[in-house]
Amino acid sequence: MLSDHAVSILIFAGIDVIMALSFFLPASAGQLSAGQGGFMALGAYTAAYLTVNHQMPFPLALAAGGLVGGLVGLAVGFPALRLRGLYLVLVTFGFGEMVRVLFLNLPAFGGPAGFAGIPPATTIWHVLGLLVVLAYFFTRLAGSRMGRAFAALRDDEAAAEAMGVNSTYVKLTAFAAGGVIAGLGGALYAHYTLFIDPEAFGVGRSLFVMLYAVFGGLASFWGAVAGATILSILPELLRWVKDWREILYGLLVLAMMLVRPQGLLDAALLARLSPRRERAAAHG
Amino acid sequence: MLAQQLVNGLMLGGAYALVAIGYTLIFGVLNLLHLAHGEVFMVGAYVGLALALAGFSPWVTLGGAMLAAAVLGVVIERVAFRPVRDRGSHVTPLMTTIAVGLILQHAVVKMFGAEPVAFPAPFASAAFALGPLTLSSVQLLILATSLALMGALELFLRATPLGMTIRATAENPTVAGLLGVNVSLAIVATFAIASALAGAAGVLLAWNFTGLSPFFGVKVGLKGLAIMLLGGLGNVTGAMVGGLVVGVVEVLSVAYLASSYRDAFAFAVMIVILLVRPTGLLGARLQTG
Amino acid sequence: MSGPLLTVEGLSRSFGSLVVLAGLDLTVEAGGIHAIIGPNGAGKTTFFNLVTGALDAGSGRIRFDGVDIAHLPPYRRTAMGMCRTFQNIRLFGSMTVLENVLLGLHCRTRGGLLAPLLETPFRRSPGEAAARSRAVEVLEMVGLAARADQAAVELPYGEQRRLEIARALASGPRLLLLDEPSAGMNPQETLELETLIEHVNQLGVTILLIEHKMSLVMKLSRIVTVLNFGQKIAEGPPERVQRDPRVIEAYLG
Repeated sequence: MLSDHAVSILIFAGIDVIMALSFFLPASAGQLSAGQGGFMALGAYTAAYLTVNHQMPFPLALAAGGLVGGLVGLAVGFPALRLRGLYLVLVTFGFGEMVRVLFLNLPAFGGPAGFAGIPPATTIWHVLGLLVVLAYFFTRLAGSRMGRAFAALRDDEAAAEAMGVNSTYVKLTAFAAGGVIAGLGGALYAHYTLFIDPEAFGVGRSLFVMLYAVFGGLASFWGAVAGATILSILPELLRWVKDWREILYGLLVLAMMLVRPQGLLDAALLARLSPRRERAAAHG
Repeated sequence: MLAQQLVNGLMLGGAYALVAIGYTLIFGVLNLLHLAHGEVFMVGAYVGLALALAGFSPWVTLGGAMLAAAVLGVVIERVAFRPVRDRGSHVTPLMTTIAVGLILQHAVVKMFGAEPVAFPAPFASAAFALGPLTLSSVQLLILATSLALMGALELFLRATPLGMTIRATAENPTVAGLLGVNVSLAIVATFAIASALAGAAGVLLAWNFTGLSPFFGVKVGLKGLAIMLLGGLGNVTGAMVGGLVVGVVEVLSVAYLASSYRDAFAFAVMIVILLVRPTGLLGARLQTG
Repeated sequence: MSGPLLTVEGLSRSFGSLVVLAGLDLTVEAGGIHAIIGPNGAGKTTFFNLVTGALDAGSGRIRFDGVDIAHLPPYRRTAMGMCRTFQNIRLFGSMTVLENVLLGLHCRTRGGLLAPLLETPFRRSPGEAAARSRAVEVLEMVGLAARADQAAVELPYGEQRRLEIARALASGPRLLLLDEPSAGMNPQETLELETLIEHVNQLGVTILLIEHKMSLVMKLSRIVTVLNFGQKIAEGPPERVQRDPRVIEAYLG
């Protein structure tokens, strides 16, 4: 049996993977979001509020967290339609900050003091279960109609539109789905830590979620999985360096991004790992 | 009362503007976001702290912080930007600079500790009454320094060969290169200047708040980003005006609303601006990332 | 097989002070091959961009099969039965040859984001299976079936152009707009292209062709429109247009 400490590391790593996937989904349609922490906060606060104040069963609260994340994702998706690249990064960044400030100023959610007394509900099986569903979904998505529409938008938006892709619909779908996944991640997080405050979902969170996915590589969802797993377990492996830990962590991330700017699992590496798509992915 | 708040806001805004100018210069020239810029600002403040504690004069403190920040900026360009500029996706430099920011934060934690530390005042402050206003000499120093630095920058960009090189590169790096502009020099100079201004802002804000912490750079860095957007990406004058506006509104919102809304303003305005007028307050050229 | 399929009236578009199209009237009859020629900068590609919706219409009317489409988004126009290729090839770089064609089938298939969850690892959804067999058919038509699993961008230039045609054909167009399909092709490839265009036309697809190679235009098209400075300066059967003094002047001057 695993020790409690090991289980807790796995649960946090699993939630990080879920969050990285929530970034990856819109990113696979070319929509880079630096505000996933905001969606996570919405999911976490929604679900926690429902279980604490309305004694809602955990699975329902979890679904509600995902739903709120998705609805807000849809709302954020609209402005995103007009923005590209770094502009979109900046606006979603601002969105994440707005969510943080919102919860700081809502007394019903504890404000700056945070929201405590959340019942313990999240187990490793919830996290693993969601990950299995997501892995299955993403595996199938790549060879599906919507998955191709995502890839087409990322590759060349104008050409995709000319070929009959409704880019508005596809982008909103991608943003909303990313919001659902992040909302679920937040709900799981809240019912494991049992205490949440706005700072847990600030810019730092959003940037790290982005870092996980980019570090792993954006060519496939496996990149987000690998990146989040490695980077969230790495601090545990670096315990022996004591207070040099963060510095070493930063140096390792920097070195890795310099050596493999396309991420750990770039298209060429994926091609070698997967015989079926061997020549398809050989370029950047 | 209102006039007093306006002066306080301008003082804060001047320092914000210096940070935002750095972002906007780097974005204008390289079309890149420098997410460790807030940490350059913070390191500048700590260098200033070390100099001040060693007994140097306020001017040496300020100059030393600017110099150290400039060197740091050039090193960051070498280490985190140049190697990934033409490889990788356009988020790769975001990641390398996040890593650099993390390293800088915790390097400062190792040297100075994680707790906020007091920053000595530049000199025994005297208060002046100017009609209904009360100004301290430190406030005047901060305001005058940030305005002087902004003026010097405008002059430099408009009237010196290197300044024109930077502007040409910001306009179009490829064409500038073809026309014989030394693009590499322009990039290095941009980083040096942007970082020096951030270092100066670090000392000025440390004087203002009379303290600093290793995580001081995160908030101010974010604000600088928002101000850059407000002023229009790549628009130096826009960043100056935007900085002053955000400083004033922030002080007013603390005075008349709840202080917890302080940080929201810059971002709320930023989102509205991006939706309504993506070229920024002053209508800069629009660069698509 | 006659009557107008595409009618354009008074179509104008300018970029800033530069007028690219100035009050163009043009009718494409159903069933034929219609060529648009003209010197560089005559407004040919802008015309394509306006018809397919890549650019907002300036002023003027665009009717497709009797319906005013001037303000429809591009995907709606594609769904109505028109599709284009690009002068500078724009295949999807991260996709295989087959996937590029499957993307062309986007507006002819169903299936939302959650469809993949309803499939099993061993059985694709009926829609996806049908789409794949249709995509293979189209690839066979253009002679690229053997390349299906290669990265699209790795194909030789001429094959990339044929793949663009295949991708457009997959969307089931009644009107196919080809923007300089023979650009960069050697004589052999051009010959194969000619056969392909004729074949597609015989299947009932009306073809609107921007082309610089006059031999191709002469052989394929029944009617030629000549543009210069955003205006129509001549129109008619290729032999007549070729002798038109204004056309000769436009090309030499």
